[in-house]
Amino acid sequence: MAMMGNSDVDLINDAAHLAEVRGRSLWQDAWARFFRNKAAVAGLIVLIAVTLFAIFGSYFAKYEPDFVDFSLMGANAYRGVPSIETGHYFGVDQDGRDLFARVVQGTGISLLVGVIGAIVAVFLGTLYGAVAGYLGGRVDSIMMRIVDILLSIPFMFVLILMLVIFGRSLLMLFIGIGLISWLNMARIARGQTLTIKNKEFVEAAIATGVSPFTIILRHIVPNLAGIVIVYATLLVPEIILFESFVSYLGLGVQEPNTSLGALINLGARQMNNGTLWMLLYPLAFFLITLFAFFFVGDGLRDALDPKDR
Amino acid sequence: MSDPLLSVRDLSVVFDVRPQGAWPWTPSRKLHAVSGLSIDLQAGETLGLVGESGSGKSTLARAIIGTVPTTSGDILYQGKSLISMSPQERRRHRRDVQMVFQDPLAALNPRMTVGDIIAEPLVTHEPGTSRAEVKRRVGELMERVGLLPNLINRYPHEFSGGQCQRIGIARALILNPKLLVCDEPVSALDVSVQAQVVNLLKEIQSDMGLSMIFIAHDLSVVKHISDRIVVMYLGRPMEVGPAKAVTRTPTHPYTQALISSVPIPDPKAERARARPVLEGDLPSPLSPPSGCVFRTRCPKAQDVCAKARPVMEKSGQGQWAACPFHG
Repeated sequence: MAMMGNSDVDLINDAAHLAEVRGRSLWQDAWARFFRNKAAVAGLIVLIAVTLFAIFGSYFAKYEPDFVDFSLMGANAYRGVPSIETGHYFGVDQDGRDLFARVVQGTGISLLVGVIGAIVAVFLGTLYGAVAGYLGGRVDSIMMRIVDILLSIPFMFVLILMLVIFGRSLLMLFIGIGLISWLNMARIARGQTLTIKNKEFVEAAIATGVSPFTIILRHIVPNLAGIVIVYATLLVPEIILFESFVSYLGLGVQEPNTSLGALINLGARQMNNGTLWMLLYPLAFFLITLFAFFFVGDGLRDALDPKDR
Repeated sequence: MSDPLLSVRDLSVVFDVRPQGAWPWTPSRKLHAVSGLSIDLQAGETLGLVGESGSGKSTLARAIIGTVPTTSGDILYQGKSLISMSPQERRRHRRDVQMVFQDPLAALNPRMTVGDIIAEPLVTHEPGTSRAEVKRRVGELMERVGLLPNLINRYPHEFSGGQCQRIGIARALILNPKLLVCDEPVSALDVSVQAQVVNLLKEIQSDMGLSMIFIAHDLSVVKHISDRIVVMYLGRPMEVGPAKAVTRTPTHPYTQALISSVPIPDPKAERARARPVLEGDLPSPLSPPSGCVFRTRCPKAQDVCAKARPVMEKSGQGQWAACPFHG
């Protein structure tokens, strides 16, 4: 099709009667590039596996995560060893709870916290940054100064205060993480918007009479999407790490719920008691998930930005 | 003569330039992109705008389509002032004036299909149009500008520069505008493709009876397509007149220098002719020379040139030059 010469009238006439050709969008190109990147694909597969583990793992667990086996309590170092026969695949913690079921639950909650935080960042941050960057001038200054002020508040301090004042709950943790995760995204989105809004296709839209809001949604945001997706995949592990730290301090997810960070915290405290599996299993899942996210994020960046490699 | 379709009255566009690293209270410097320019455009007429880079051609075009704020003066469209229109009115008016851009690929959103790009003005101004109708009109127009309608679902990066410019032209035409502003539509294209696009524009112009403002820095292209030519220098008109007269018998010293700089495609003739070469660079529009802005490079410059801004004087049949020593 692309090779048509001007003189080949017959060919042109033939081609004109052909069915519509489907174009290859930049997204499809990016997908193709992503799937050529082996490390990224491996990361994606691991990520899918971890997600499936978090969702369906509880069907394989023989025990409920909050079931306390009093016969094993305090005796887990020699009777709660990981074994297939007893059904405690990952062993038992010091309270006699099945670690496999706990790891399934913890992985799920860690992923949930990370993904929800990233989603909040993507929607709020992108829109906020795009609006600030597109409108420019005083509106931009005020909107970005608000972001600067929020960023300058020592966040950990505020989160700890929030968790202490409003009670330690999963919802509070979501709200706290949601409140900061979008700030950097807004800055990135604004910076990109500043370069996009001077492109001629935006000027063409203005000259046509498209309303500013439609321009932001139709012309700015789709062109931001590449960088936003990359940043979001790198933000998920960041938030998981963050949640782990808060949980490690004992302020995050509360019993009987758990997260990978909380499990690692418990395991680390029991390190001297000969129950190393309490640390290693959650840690392994934690690291695998983080690595997978980083690989996928890198792969996406390469795929979406072929020029900046 | 009937009322002009578009009439630019004493238009000035001044940009504020912040000096680098300045205090917030230091006054910004004024860049005079267009200053005191008046032109009339008749319905169905093609007006060529020529000038060096930085002469304010593109700024003038953007002031006319309303993407750059004007500082003083007025733009009348069919007798109505565009400057004093409310934003809603202005948005409705925009369907009559469309623009073709310089960089063909940059003017198309890379995330949208060609069909969506061409349909955007239609969908914006006639939101009730059915999908089938939109598709039919887009297909028709694609054929009109020389693109195969079955490429409607392709993306801009799959096209060549010339094809992208055709897409841009199709987008500009879908609402049947009355005025088409072409900002250097061919300067980013290969010479062979340039001719195709210029001829396409010329054809469409006579078929649809559009008025056109055609900007280029290539005099031969402008001569080919325009009825009248405005020669600009540092935001001011130097010479205005019928295309033939301006290119054959230029009366302003600047136009004369411009014409003589067009190479003749014959080495012997080229070597034989005398060429008054323009010395120096375009002065900074931040501090334009007093009086006549061209005097710093003008071979005919005299003391009076520094004192007062020259007025447009009749220098031929329908030809006007901003120089007291024209001829």
